Amino acid sequence: MRARLSILRSRLHSVGRWAAPPAFAVLLLLAAGTRAGAGPVADSSSHGHRWWLPAASTAVAGRIDSLFILILWITSAFLVLVVALFVAFVIRYRHREGRRAAHVTGNMLLEIVWMAVPAACLIAIAYASNGAWSAMKEEFPRESESLVIIVKPRQFQWDVVYAGADGRFETADDITAINRLDVPAGRNVIVKLMAQDVIHSFFVPQFRMKQDAVPGMTTEMWFNVPAPGTFEIACAELCGLGHYRMQGRLIVHAPAEYDAWYAGRLREKAAESANAR
Amino acid sequence: MSNQGAGALIDATVRPRRLARIFSRDHTVIAKQFFAMSIFFLFAGGLLALFVRWQLGFPGSAVPVPFNFLMTRTMAPGGVIAPDAFNGMFTLHATFMVYFAVLPMLVGALPNFVLPLQIGSPRMAFPTLGMLSFWLSLLGGLLMIATYFVDGGPASTGWTAYAPLAAVSHYTGSSAGQNLWILSLAILGIGLILGAANQVVTIVNHRAPGLTMFRLPLTVWSFLVTGLLVLLALPVITAAVGMLLMDRTLGTSFFVPAGLSVSGSPLAGYAGGGQPLLWQHLFWFFGHPVVYIMILPGMGVVSDVLAVFARKPLFGYRAMIYSTFAIAGLGWLVWGHHMFQSGMNPLLGTTFMASTMAIAIPSGVKVFGWLATLWRGQIRFGLPMLFALAFLLTFTVGGLSGIFMASTPVDAFIHDTYFIVGHIHYVLFGGSLFAIFAAIAYWFPKATGRMLGERLGRLHFWLTLAAFNCTFFPMHILGIGGHMRRIYDPTVYAFLRDLQPVNTFITISAITLGFAQLLLVANIFLSLKNGRRAEPNPWRAATLEWTLPSPPGDGAFAVVPEVHRWPYDYSLPNAIEDYLPQTSLHVNGTGTGTDS
Amino acid sequence: MNSSRSLRLGAWLLPALLLAFALASCGGDSGDDADAKKPLATIDPATAATITGTVTFQGTPPAPKSVRMEADPHCNATPENETPEVTQEVVVNNGRLANVFVYLSDGVKGRYAPTADSVVLDQRGCRYHPHVLGVMVGQRMVVRNSDATLHNIHAAAKINKEFNIAQTQQGQLTDQVFTHTEVMIPVACDVHGWMRSFIGVLSHPFFAVTATDGSFVLKGVPPGTYTLTAWHEKYGTLQQKIEVKERESTAVDFAFKAP
Repeated sequence: MRARLSILRSRLHSVGRWAAPPAFAVLLLLAAGTRAGAGPVADSSSHGHRWWLPAASTAVAGRIDSLFILILWITSAFLVLVVALFVAFVIRYRHREGRRAAHVTGNMLLEIVWMAVPAACLIAIAYASNGAWSAMKEEFPRESESLVIIVKPRQFQWDVVYAGADGRFETADDITAINRLDVPAGRNVIVKLMAQDVIHSFFVPQFRMKQDAVPGMTTEMWFNVPAPGTFEIACAELCGLGHYRMQGRLIVHAPAEYDAWYAGRLREKAAESANAR
Repeated sequence: MSNQGAGALIDATVRPRRLARIFSRDHTVIAKQFFAMSIFFLFAGGLLALFVRWQLGFPGSAVPVPFNFLMTRTMAPGGVIAPDAFNGMFTLHATFMVYFAVLPMLVGALPNFVLPLQIGSPRMAFPTLGMLSFWLSLLGGLLMIATYFVDGGPASTGWTAYAPLAAVSHYTGSSAGQNLWILSLAILGIGLILGAANQVVTIVNHRAPGLTMFRLPLTVWSFLVTGLLVLLALPVITAAVGMLLMDRTLGTSFFVPAGLSVSGSPLAGYAGGGQPLLWQHLFWFFGHPVVYIMILPGMGVVSDVLAVFARKPLFGYRAMIYSTFAIAGLGWLVWGHHMFQSGMNPLLGTTFMASTMAIAIPSGVKVFGWLATLWRGQIRFGLPMLFALAFLLTFTVGGLSGIFMASTPVDAFIHDTYFIVGHIHYVLFGGSLFAIFAAIAYWFPKATGRMLGERLGRLHFWLTLAAFNCTFFPMHILGIGGHMRRIYDPTVYAFLRDLQPVNTFITISAITLGFAQLLLVANIFLSLKNGRRAEPNPWRAATLEWTLPSPPGDGAFAVVPEVHRWPYDYSLPNAIEDYLPQTSLHVNGTGTGTDS
Repeated sequence: MNSSRSLRLGAWLLPALLLAFALASCGGDSGDDADAKKPLATIDPATAATITGTVTFQGTPPAPKSVRMEADPHCNATPENETPEVTQEVVVNNGRLANVFVYLSDGVKGRYAPTADSVVLDQRGCRYHPHVLGVMVGQRMVVRNSDATLHNIHAAAKINKEFNIAQTQQGQLTDQVFTHTEVMIPVACDVHGWMRSFIGVLSHPFFAVTATDGSFVLKGVPPGTYTLTAWHEKYGTLQQKIEVKERESTAVDFAFKAP
């Protein structure tokens, strides 16, 4: 290995001053790539100084992560191949007096190979993606077995609506909150998004989920968080000058705790409406 | 160089008056005008990007240079950029760069100068259209600058101008600014359409005798394809912004649904019934092809530069042409990949994923074709070649990172994060702009008669390459961390706090990158004055423009050249020279040139 | 093609562009300048009178609506918010209605130069202080952010220019001046949806906002016949014709009724 390195070094020297810097830059790029690639096996807590994916907190998020890693491997392999050939060619075929380039115009077989191999990889990626996509967007859990919450984003806050005691929306006993979503752990939650003014996007990084809320139509997303925790909700679609502060909290309670919280809010609501009457 | 260049030969009996010299119909003058405009907007857009970067790298601290002359009083109280001003800055940054720097360079400056010379024509097909094309683009540019100074500030809805944010002025506070933005784009659109029509007709009608389509260099092929793309794509955005303007000023509701509220009260003045997603479909139906409009000419230039400097025929000439058409064709079928999370039917998401994946195949053909062009070559590292080689690598990174977004589930996470910002800058800066730099270095001697300074040029190249990667590669890391794009202050979010050092690093790199570009301008001016005199064919290239003196001067191709071979006859085994100009009839010896 | 032909083309293009430009710039302000044409008047202390009164509320006031300020943790950081988190929409104390804007809506002759001192619209504890305020045409209004959070001041003016400005820093000040008479301009913060304020802009200084005891005083009113209007954000307006005599104090009461 050392011998090889020294050969490489001596070659690099002979290449002259113009080829050394690009080789250096490529190495830097590769180093950055491998540094990033080393991340996923690291700890999975949501804290700590890491420049990598936030902890995946749902099963779907785990699926998306493995897809991400798959694509990272495939694309990295291609990048390494291209960079390796590039460096080799640039060094090997640099101009030398008395040598003449080969008059090669093409090679059908090569061209077919470098269309077929990427095509196969892309089909594999697309196939793998499609399953996760269906799970996220098409195979929704049944509403009767899930907790349904309506979120009505507006400039620049998340208005949250729970069905009240009657179990229906758009009635007087709806429970409302701002910028705060309380959900139970281990239960399917369907969030229906109805924007009140412009387009917003409901984004929880740890769920790897993002769904635009479009005024005039209802969009839906679902998630199931196995363990209690607190997450940040961010708006991911530019919605105006307060876009960056359109921040909410998503609190996942243990099921019993959630029931208690919900019962408390029901009582509060009942007291409030009794007051008003 | 002359104001009364080849294009004016037709009515050369009339000495052009001063007005006619400014409103010149000479294609080389128009090219220079486009070039100056493009460089100006490149720097204006870059400056805005640095302000944006400053706020992201050092949130809430005052910008360390006085820039009040750029701001109204509410934009930067105490020197700290306000959130609405921030939105305006990244909006205008992207608008300047995409519409007024890269497009005028690749659809204006480059084809106007290179195209007639490469096809052996004394002029473009429609000199007046060419002239109008520039002046309309400039007018659009001036209007865009004006948006900065009107009451309520510039447009602040991103270069994508999503409705209803952009359709209803109450949502941003920018009223006249957004209107002017729309007008400016409409005018630029008309200008570019005229230019593109000129370009396509010139290629089809004005080729020198013997220059069959399959003897055209890749640069000309890419001009043809981009010209067609512009002709088909720009009308869409021009119509769409027209509808947006009507929503804003006449109270129509193309993109405005019923039942909207503003600040918690019902929005008055709109009948509703519109569809916000319609805007996105229209915009991206234009917006994705425009990405290819910005990359295909660069690919063409790079293909030619690689062949010339490797002293080898372009590998797989026909495959390269077909892949250009494939990219352009598929480019019309992939716009939906910008809308996976928009509320569009998820089944459509799958469709667009498939078409998007497909477009990676012709892109791969190009990358491997370029690599194979280097293979067994005699590579000289001239200034144009350095940028072309850098293009090859950075475009590969940009292309590969695009595959992440093509995968619908991964896109759910990556969408609207800095991963996208990193991706688009690898393609647009590392792609289009590096190709533009290569083109500047390559054709500078032909345009000015002087060589572009090597020493300063190399300094510019290495600084740019290093700062470019330090600026945009870490953006992928930000995106993987979940960093949303277009946010004013990332430190608001706990999950982004760890990433702040990356942001700071990017900002410092971006400032370096910005200042490195001054070297290019300095180099251009110094070389214009003191540069080494250029021979007619300094790169020993085979295409037609190098048969002319540098600069071509009056009466270029007054004698129409006759073309006998394709443009890539480098290192023919039987030839004495290692290249044969397209005009040469015989190979010294026995062999004949091949067509493909 | 010659240059005269291209000039002709330009001759078509120019008006088309101008038309488009006009289209783009319409939608700006279109307020009438009736105020500006009025002669400038001054208060004569020798004859000036005073109008005083109380605004009462008859019937049961609605239960105060609660505000959940936990939406932004910074909002609860201010000690002021130990007060119950209720809206400021209807504030009734012992049958007296606060936050009513009382002003002379008709009968004032001429216009008055704006007062030199400025009025302050403060954002403190994610509330506006005051909830209702009056300001003269041309008078300086200072918007202050006393919170360590983002506020945007979105004034949905119809006659004056609509404005929407952001204040990111604690202690930030922004000046605003109104150019036309307009009663009332609703002001909202879109980051904290419950924040609401109303601004009355008049070309004279004869206006007041009722205090928590429902009282108001208009000073320096020249003698004459006027229409006195009381405006409340929820209960609309009440009007009375009044006659003000030299140096006298006129008492006028208003009574809003529960619907």
